[in-house]
Amino acid sequence: MQLTLTLNGVRCTDEVQADTTLFTYLREKGCLSVKCGCETSNCGLCTVWLDEKPVLSCSVPALRADGKKVTTLEGLQDEAAEFGAYLADEGAEQCGYCSPGFIMNVLAMSRELTHPTEQEIQEYLAGNLCRCSGYQGQLRAIRKFLAAKGGCV
Amino acid sequence: MYTARNYVFADSPEHAWELNQKKTNTILSGGCWLRLGRRRYDTLIDLSKLGLNQIEQTDTYLELGAMVTLRQLETSPLLAQYFGSYFSDCTRHIVGVQFRNCATLGGSVAARFGFSDIVTALLPLNCQVHLVKAGWLPFTQYAAMPYDRDVLTHIRIPLQKHIQVVYQSTRNTQTDLPTLTCAASCCDGRISLALGARSSRPSLLHGNTQSDLLQEAEHLTYVENMRGSSAYRRHLAKILIQRVCTCLEGGQHPCS
Ligand SMILES: Cc1cc2nc3c(=O)[nH]c(=O)nc-3n(C[C@H](O)[C@H](O)[C@H](O)COP(=O)(O)OP(=O)(O)OC[C@H]3O[C@@H](n4cnc5c(N)ncnc54)[C@H](O)[C@@H]3O)c2cc1C
Ligand code: FES
Ligand code: FES
Repeated sequence: MQLTLTLNGVRCTDEVQADTTLFTYLREKGCLSVKCGCETSNCGLCTVWLDEKPVLSCSVPALRADGKKVTTLEGLQDEAAEFGAYLADEGAEQCGYCSPGFIMNVLAMSRELTHPTEQEIQEYLAGNLCRCSGYQGQLRAIRKFLAAKGGCV
Repeated sequence: MYTARNYVFADSPEHAWELNQKKTNTILSGGCWLRLGRRRYDTLIDLSKLGLNQIEQTDTYLELGAMVTLRQLETSPLLAQYFGSYFSDCTRHIVGVQFRNCATLGGSVAARFGFSDIVTALLPLNCQVHLVKAGWLPFTQYAAMPYDRDVLTHIRIPLQKHIQVVYQSTRNTQTDLPTLTCAASCCDGRISLALGARSSRPSLLHGNTQSDLLQEAEHLTYVENMRGSSAYRRHLAKILIQRVCTCLEGGQHPCS
């Protein structure tokens, strides 16, 4: 079936199967930042934006994105690198496998919430699991990133 | 993950209903639950182009489309205006923001899971559900019905004057499935209280006092599973009933 969407600002039309997930489609389009961690809608690693909202690409059928705008980390490289530097400074990554989904959700949060409290930050990111870090470094990185952007309490 | 041969955007609720009469087809709402299964479907029936993602207000009720996401329930200013933090309390522990941007009200209600925060929260609100063939039904009736192949399109929540509502749940970890869910409304001194995550469907109790409800809750079934024993759930039920009744006495979440 035919799927037309805007991927990272570029209009694409492709043939996809009825049961292709957005995750599989995006990987096939070369967006290799999009990774799969659980396949049970639990880990947040596959997070992309669908019409600016963070969603789990492993759970969304590709055809649901027809006519919509999809954004992956590849489409937000400067911002992702900027926040990634805060993660590195705070020693917030070990294997780094969770980072693409985590960064996508932090950037979505920075757009959706103004001056989020600590609890709001934790709740917003509760769907991003990290096996290594214990989350403290990530939280420090977020606070510093938001403060630098003038968006933290 | 499921497999499917066809994908159809329904062009009306009736079209969705017709397609859904074939047992090898299925309605696809958020798809978050469906994807956990390994069934083979002929046709996935997508409801996302039917404008069912709206929360609308009339003088006497709020009408929510089946494709309203759990995140919309959580953040809707209209729901917050009438029900305080009730809808945010019943959704914010469900997995994560990205998940709640996908999973829908319709999928949650139609699936009628025993653990459902959403079904528990809607039970004490005197809601109605709209199905394509059956028309409008009381939510309490729908919540207890066996599964069939009708298609849910809307839910109406009446705007009752002087109603107070409160929602609480317990979980082993913040975003896990609940070990117990409890939702209560109080209108003119009469309390309606739903308890979920304790059997195959949540139950609705009624009473004038906390002790009426505690007594009624004694007679319910409390299942045992990997998240908690039957005795633990029975104990939690008492605690949550006491907590929600204390909140109601304290005038928490009064609706305007
Ligand atoms: C990992 C995980 C954790 C979860 N944790 C919780 C939790 O803590 N609390 C909670 O309450 N819920 C929880 N859920 C359930 C979740 O919130 C949704 O209820 C579930 O995903 C179904 O919603 P959906 O929109 O994804 O429906 P789908 O997966 O699209 O559909 C679910 C079922 O309902 C049918 N259906 C869908 N829409 C309609 C309709 N309009 N009319 C008729 N039939 C329909 C489908 O055919 C299917 O059989 C969890 C789910 C997962 C996968
Ligand atoms: S791979 Fe999508 S949530 Fe884990
Ligand atoms: S750094 Fe390894 S999973 Fe997060």
